[in-house]
Amino acid sequence: MRYEFNWSVLWSGQSGSWLLQGLLTTLEISALAWLLAAALGILSGALRTVPWPPLRAAAAFYVEFFRNVPLLVWMFFWYFGVPPLLPGAVQDWLFNHGAEFWAGMFALGVYHGARMSEVIRSGIQSIPRTQFEASQAIGLSVWQAYRLVILPIAIRLIVPPATNESLNLLKNSSVALTISVAELTFQTRQIETYTARAIEALTAGTLIYLVLCVSIAAVMTRLERRFAIPGLIARVGAG
Amino acid sequence: MLDLSVIVNNFTFLVVQGLLGLGGFAGGTLRLALPAIGLGFLLGIFIGLARLTRMAWIRVPATLYVEFFRGVPLVMVIFWMWFIMPQLLRLPIPEYGVALTAFVIFEAAYFGEIVRAGIQSVPRGQVEAATGLGLSGAQAMAYVVLPQALRNMVPSIVTQMIVLFKDTSLASIIGYVDLTKAAQIVNNREIRPFELYLFIAVVYWIFTYSMSRAARRLEQRVAQA
Repeated sequence: MRYEFNWSVLWSGQSGSWLLQGLLTTLEISALAWLLAAALGILSGALRTVPWPPLRAAAAFYVEFFRNVPLLVWMFFWYFGVPPLLPGAVQDWLFNHGAEFWAGMFALGVYHGARMSEVIRSGIQSIPRTQFEASQAIGLSVWQAYRLVILPIAIRLIVPPATNESLNLLKNSSVALTISVAELTFQTRQIETYTARAIEALTAGTLIYLVLCVSIAAVMTRLERRFAIPGLIARVGAG
Repeated sequence: MLDLSVIVNNFTFLVVQGLLGLGGFAGGTLRLALPAIGLGFLLGIFIGLARLTRMAWIRVPATLYVEFFRGVPLVMVIFWMWFIMPQLLRLPIPEYGVALTAFVIFEAAYFGEIVRAGIQSVPRGQVEAATGLGLSGAQAMAYVVLPQALRNMVPSIVTQMIVLFKDTSLASIIGYVDLTKAAQIVNNREIRPFELYLFIAVVYWIFTYSMSRAARRLEQRVAQA
């Protein structure tokens, strides 16, 4: 194969600013979706362990339905399917304020919330039941027991799987290109379209994702060590 | 408000073409997912074993392979294949070939990690006992370690199969007519996005949920054995 590389396409013209904009959009949509996913995940993950069946069933339905359907289908669903059902004023606002970004963010957050929920549930369930019983015995309410005892331990236990899941969210934000959110993969394709230099453009995009993922993983490993509860380190390592 | 006639009228196209791939287009979710799962797992076994070998010239590339593909979005890998495969092979490759290659290469990295973890979960003493009985390294791996490792891997393997099954929807990005693309095609004509996307969501869900139920049952059987 003879392919004349021309790396200068990445910094000549608009390519550089496109890549930068793409990176910023990727970070923005991922950060917002992560907040939504964390909130939904903690809420539904905790609800799946409470001693009240209707709440458990509602949380189980959310988790099992949303995480078992492809993210791409959710993107189309939230972007094409849902807005026409909203009131006119909301629709107008959405389409004046980047509807594809909000639909993409919502799809990403709701999908990963369901996956995050499973991570959190297994974290909570790995804490011995006696911790909960002891909290009750010293007079804490259910809410207090979760807030002060169960969740602080569970959150530390789940740092490694939750980091993994957060990186999945970051990588999955690339699916938002299908509803034309101008994130990193979208901009990579745009450079390819304008310059016809596929390999150079894809290399740039791929390297940015790699650097992002590797550095986030490194930071999280340090955090994990820093916030570990001394007695629990061995358990995390073994699990 | 929910107009289900759009589903009924296009049911054959969605299911026969989109899901099964037996229609006029080269497509089908199952026709892509099944070989992708089989070949991806097969390649994954080799990668998992390669990551555990003492020979650095095999182990290091295998480790780089896994770390690379786990740090990159699948969409990116699909585009890579879409652009470089015709260049490298100097002939036009159909969407099916591009998508299948991308999935096998990408998912093998994840399957490889599962295989590695499974093998590492088998106590070291098993290998020592096997070699003590006079089995060679390869025999110990094939008759003692792998059968136990596979059993430990079952839940993660099925989870990964579910992930792959869902990921096949991304083949629609390069124009492969799977279930998602079929729904898009119908929607372009009928403009009933809510019903159509909800319908394919349910179809995907039926497959993935029954897979995860089967996994849970298998897990319990394995735990009892």
